[in-house]
Amino acid sequence: MKVLVCVKRVPMTGGRIVLTEDALAIETKHLGFAVSPHEECGVEEAVRLVEQHGGESVVLTLGPADAEEQLRDAMAIGIDRGIHLVTGGEEWDPEATAGAIVDAIRADESASGPFDLTFFGNESADSGGFQVGLRAAYALGRPCATGLKSVVVDGGVVRCEQEIGGGRDVYELPLPAVVTVLEGLNLPRYPSVPGRMRAGRKPLEVTTPTRPESRLALARLVVPAGEARQAEVLGRGADAAPAVVDLLEQIGVAS
Amino acid sequence: MNLVLVEHADGVATDVSLQALALAAGLGGEVHALLIGPGASGAAGGVPVAVAHVAEHPALDAFAPDAWAAIICSLADRIGATAVVAPGTGPATDAMARAAVRVGEPLAANVTAVTAGTPLSLTRLRWGGSLLEEAELHAGRALLTVAPHTVAAVVAGIPGSVETFTPELADADLVVRVRDHVAPPAGGVSLADAKVVVTGGRGVGSAEGFAVIEELAALLGGAVGCSRAVTMSGWRPHTDQVGQTGNKIAPEIYIACGVSGATQHIAGAKGAKRILAVNTDPEAPIMSIADYAVVGDLHEVVPAISAELRRRRA
Repeated sequence: MKVLVCVKRVPMTGGRIVLTEDALAIETKHLGFAVSPHEECGVEEAVRLVEQHGGESVVLTLGPADAEEQLRDAMAIGIDRGIHLVTGGEEWDPEATAGAIVDAIRADESASGPFDLTFFGNESADSGGFQVGLRAAYALGRPCATGLKSVVVDGGVVRCEQEIGGGRDVYELPLPAVVTVLEGLNLPRYPSVPGRMRAGRKPLEVTTPTRPESRLALARLVVPAGEARQAEVLGRGADAAPAVVDLLEQIGVAS
Repeated sequence: MNLVLVEHADGVATDVSLQALALAAGLGGEVHALLIGPGASGAAGGVPVAVAHVAEHPALDAFAPDAWAAIICSLADRIGATAVVAPGTGPATDAMARAAVRVGEPLAANVTAVTAGTPLSLTRLRWGGSLLEEAELHAGRALLTVAPHTVAAVVAGIPGSVETFTPELADADLVVRVRDHVAPPAGGVSLADAKVVVTGGRGVGSAEGFAVIEELAALLGGAVGCSRAVTMSGWRPHTDQVGQTGNKIAPEIYIACGVSGATQHIAGAKGAKRILAVNTDPEAPIMSIADYAVVGDLHEVVPAISAELRRRRA
């Protein structure tokens, strides 16, 4: 089977988010980057599906030139080839992102056949729009289930499980289909050194789409005013235990 | 006039739906509600809007997001809604995103505040709430989901009228639908409901190291949580993870042991009434978020707390 996974490069923000001077972006000068967590599980699942069923796995991203790093990371754990829609680093909204991805999918499919299954993250870690996968699915005329913690392909059907109120709702979609997944779908593997070596030589197709005007226009970002507090130190080491238990008793959770 | 998708459970509108109604009321004009699925007509009686529309159709017994989207779009057209608002839950967000594609409009997810106007000004969550975005929405019909627990709910009340209708549904809108439900595993305190959550981070050091965390959680009748670093190391299952991409918790006290306090972790613990951090590093980010702290090695501190609890109970 032929499987596509779409990923987004996001900064690893650590303990405190710092904005650029114009407040339109996160200051990333001192930050590393990674694939958005839900999509990391999508990459792993795509690799597993092709390991089980045979075929080809492809990773796609829309992002700056540096996002090649995330495509190579995906290829290092077993994805066969990449598609990079290169941007100038400016933000693309969900409609624009889905539009460019759909164009790229159509171009790829006309050259090398349809994708049986396309993975997206349920939402990106940074802008959290919750819609790119669904927009792509509608444009392609394919069924889509969202927020999945289990994806099993059996014959021409994908069985999908979505956590809801502790239990799970089950969907069955005919292929070709689109799925949006959540972290917890699987435990992604770490790339091996030979995997990393191979990744550098795998094919990567690069195109440069044009960004349309955004209809959800960012005015500015704001770091929420958290209560700047300093924790009250109850003590050091094991000697702090009586003070901690006093606190637990005081708030009524000790018994 | 604005339309709100109201979710309901056990015959009552959910809290997050009453929060969505509050945000919609802020847009000005009359508010209508849409309720779908089994129990909708009962729940409609407690929704304080001008008109509560109830969609009834045998195919709606199981959740079918494309059908929900079709109903949202056709009702919004019929009543001339200028905005459609829904709670930011998984199913409602899913249905609203499909509705947005169908009508060719943008969707603003996880909105916390709006100011009416053209364009509409809004504030929404990024990074699971660690960052806010102020944006302008240029849309013919504004489609919004409301970030849960960021807006005070309206008080339940009686609608001006309840109008029941049977939507027309195409077969294509029923391809994606819930076929089966797997019940949650029995037993144990769920992270979402626990009064006490004891979480271990990278500082726990190993899967076996969680024994002390489990012991304290059990003594307090609480649940065990973990950070993403722990999940990715394979020490605990993802179902234990607290954070932006894990569980959202709201305990009386959150005891974070060996957790550095990355923004993505704290995004899941914002609902905690109090945070107690146990950490060897007094400069760790968690120390400026926590209410209380113990500076020290969790492998010494946590067993000492358990021992003290036992001693006082004896």
